[in-house]
Amino acid sequence: MAEEKKGMKKEKGRVLLEAADLVKEFPLTNSRKGKQVVHAVSGVNLTIYEGETLALVGESGCGKSTLGRTLIRLLPATSGRLLFYGMEISSMKEKEFAVYRRQMQLIFQDPYASLNPRMNVKEIIAEPLTTYGMAKDKNDLEQQVKELMKEVGIPAEFINRYPHQFSGGQRQRIGIARAIALRPKLIVCDEPVSALDVSIQSQVLNLLKDLQDEHSLTYLFISHDLSVVKFIADRVCVMFLGMICEIGDTETLYEKPLHPYTRFLLDAIPKADPKLRNEKKELLTGEIPSPVNPPSGCRFHTRCPYAKDICRQEVPRGKEIGERQVFCHFPLEG
Amino acid sequence: MNEELALQIKDLKSHFFTSKGVVPAVDGVSIDVPPGKIIGLVGESGCGKSMTAMSVMGLLRHPGRVVDGTILLEGRDITHLSRREQSKIRGNEISMIFQEPMTSLNPVYPVGKQVQEAILLHQNVTKEEAKERVIQIFKEVGIPEPEKRYRSFPHQLSGGLRQRVMIGMAMVCRPKVMIADEPTTALDVTIEAQILRLMKRLRDEQGTSIILITHNMGVVAEVCDYVYVMYAGNVMEQAETFELFERTQHPYTQGLLKSIPKLDRKEERLYTINGVVPNLLHLPKGCNFCNRCDQSVEKCFLEKPELYETGEGHKVRCFRYEGGVKG
Repeated sequence: MAEEKKGMKKEKGRVLLEAADLVKEFPLTNSRKGKQVVHAVSGVNLTIYEGETLALVGESGCGKSTLGRTLIRLLPATSGRLLFYGMEISSMKEKEFAVYRRQMQLIFQDPYASLNPRMNVKEIIAEPLTTYGMAKDKNDLEQQVKELMKEVGIPAEFINRYPHQFSGGQRQRIGIARAIALRPKLIVCDEPVSALDVSIQSQVLNLLKDLQDEHSLTYLFISHDLSVVKFIADRVCVMFLGMICEIGDTETLYEKPLHPYTRFLLDAIPKADPKLRNEKKELLTGEIPSPVNPPSGCRFHTRCPYAKDICRQEVPRGKEIGERQVFCHFPLEG
Repeated sequence: MNEELALQIKDLKSHFFTSKGVVPAVDGVSIDVPPGKIIGLVGESGCGKSMTAMSVMGLLRHPGRVVDGTILLEGRDITHLSRREQSKIRGNEISMIFQEPMTSLNPVYPVGKQVQEAILLHQNVTKEEAKERVIQIFKEVGIPEPEKRYRSFPHQLSGGLRQRVMIGMAMVCRPKVMIADEPTTALDVTIEAQILRLMKRLRDEQGTSIILITHNMGVVAEVCDYVYVMYAGNVMEQAETFELFERTQHPYTQGLLKSIPKLDRKEERLYTINGVVPNLLHLPKGCNFCNRCDQSVEKCFLEKPELYETGEGHKVRCFRYEGGVKG
């Protein structure tokens, strides 16, 4: 959508990645009811600016991870276009795309599953470097690996250790070292701290922030934890069932959510202060509808207490309210 | 007031005897659970909160066992019961729900049957009566279309509904105490809020005592009446919820609260607790937290602190409070 770009403030960096009408569907193979598909991402328009942290938030099954992976072509899009610095990458052949692939890396949620247990730290971090021929010789390679370990706070003497010898937080640091090894432009962080304890979570979040400042990285930060997002993100994109509800600056979005779903999400977080207990606060009822048969019109209407007839019939189009974009027929204010 | 307690854990020690040495997973934990209250047991992974629950339920298996302490259920000692006696109590007078509702339900039986089984095991009722009870409890825990859901298999239900089934199963015999081990950790926030509200309702309407095990301080603040903060097998601080959040005294509790990203303001950096949770095989000689503590003094490295009372019902395991609260 062209109007999305116009609505953005000037001081933002260059457009790094742009998605237009991005659709991702997964066919259900053994469906008895004929050909059915899971509508994981349905027509998403999104712009990521250089140097920012854009958070994708939503409940499980809302398509945030799929969107994250489709954006960097780890999953092929069903339809829609992807522009990386204005260059169309969605229709490229795999060979041409290889140049761009190294610019986009991923950090995974589960630090226990994302590292090969039979490779030591050196091999894990060196793998992307050797794949792209980044090292002159063995010594140079080891030097680079040690540099990276230092950057993420893993002592260099652990270079020959295996993943099982590290704690969850340390493993996540190793995953981060691997992701930054090729000096990428964009890193998709898929729930990078969800599996970690609070005291370790804050260490990793601080590290991610430091690395961003140092290497002017751009993050697409996927999370369901709105307090973590508040800390790390510049802009937030709230998703529900494969569609965007609302995008805007973190501060204002948390202060004045415009989409009812955003407000319910924010209200539902248990706050670490018993004085904020609210026994009467309105809770969202029901559960996420099936992405195989998404509701007509606004996909949120089955759970939305404010839904009217038009919500059941028409898909809401993006409305610009200030710098915010909201996809709702009846935004809360404005 | 001891007779009035629904559950009392006194100086419980549960150790694991491994080939590498003895792991003191629970090392002298005392917890009082009054009737009709929600008690929070909070701490990071490996702090012994789940093992405390497993000890109470009599679910510890080799190489772990309760080595010391007593567990009283309404004044009755249930620490060393035979398996047969234990299974009479378990699910009947004291029940437990787990974090992952998918792995704790049998995938090849309809959920209704599984709940029915719990009733038939403990109560002398016919199958028909039991089925009615199941449908009634499904209604109580907010499962829509209970008659239809009775015949559903676990995989046909969402995570939130599965957890409701688990809570229903735990509640169906009207236990005095329910232990909930991270019941909302695998759920989304909107579903979590629904489940937490349900647990509060059970407390208020049925007078059930609930031990809520969690790592989330937000959940604690939201529903608990009283909180125990655990670290490396010990209770570090215990207090009534409002007191704990208002007058946080132990450096570990303070650190935990400070390291949570705040919703109401933008922070540049997060507070961090240095280091990692110690290996229980190689605990420090002094206070278990001394290596990570930013307020530790020499004594902390040499001696183990006890729980010092600093206010009504407020106890702290830290030498800073040895002579009560200062200043």
